[in-house]
Amino acid sequence: MSHDHSLNPKTMPEDPSKATMEGKHKFLGLWFFLGGETVLFACFFGTYLALRNSTAGGPTSQDLFGLDLVFLMTVLLLTSSLTSVYAIYHMKNNDFKKMMLWLGITALLGIGFLACEIYEFAHYIHDYGFTFRSSAFGSAFYTLVGFHGGHVIFGLSWLITLMVRNAKRGLNLYNAPKFNTFALYWHFIDVVWVFIFTVVYLMGMVS
Amino acid sequence: MTENTSTNKINSYQKEKNREEMRKQIITFALMIFFTMIAFFAVAMGISSMFVIPLILILAIVQVGFQFYYFMHMKDKGHEFPALLIFGGIWVTFLVGVTFVTIIWW
Repeated sequence: MSHDHSLNPKTMPEDPSKATMEGKHKFLGLWFFLGGETVLFACFFGTYLALRNSTAGGPTSQDLFGLDLVFLMTVLLLTSSLTSVYAIYHMKNNDFKKMMLWLGITALLGIGFLACEIYEFAHYIHDYGFTFRSSAFGSAFYTLVGFHGGHVIFGLSWLITLMVRNAKRGLNLYNAPKFNTFALYWHFIDVVWVFIFTVVYLMGMVS
Repeated sequence: MTENTSTNKINSYQKEKNREEMRKQIITFALMIFFTMIAFFAVAMGISSMFVIPLILILAIVQVGFQFYYFMHMKDKGHEFPALLIFGGIWVTFLVGVTFVTIIWW
């Protein structure tokens, strides 16, 4: 396997991320991981659904949540999902520079999302005194949403490490699967967020 | 030499195919933004919760379907195992949801 030979249009396989056995294994391994992640978040969502009205006299979801910030966060994360699709599109066309550019935009949007979430948590803690220990609702809320935010932090660290480590390597059959698995993970973070904004924020505003 | 010209042809064909694929992805993205906006507007308008909650849950499920099948390519060939794993996870999600919602019923 020619690990250090960059790809050129003549040797370019249809999908460089799955051209090697290692790439295929990484692809499958990541999906195994995502199956496990689904179960993890299922437990957090279940707990949240059971405890969301147990506010122990503290702030309720209607007191706390605002639609504007959540909508902004949704747009940021959804757009970052699209920009990572663009990155993989350029990977398949063997355009390393454009792939890195779109991955950079993805990272910036992810940082924007994270900044909004930190602002949101700080706002709840300082203006409402709503913390992890306020009520069962507080614990369930911060566990679910905080774990998702933790996944965003992990994803950003992964992406930045990947970009720095491969900055001078160019695209090859060794690192193409790495970029592809990151993109899949990043989409999955958005999948979880779709359910968070629906089940936590929107349903919390309604009932 | 004939081999070379044929690979180049495949490449331009490949490029066109990738571009076509990207067009579909952008349509998917536009639909997802549209569904998100419907969900937020429905909640902001303050329509009765009996109607809004099923609506936003259905919109979320459709969005997640787009995300899995288009953005994560589950519609493409060779995704039988990913589908098994994700649907296994969704099955657990369903069980956990039913368990925790019914456990607080009384």
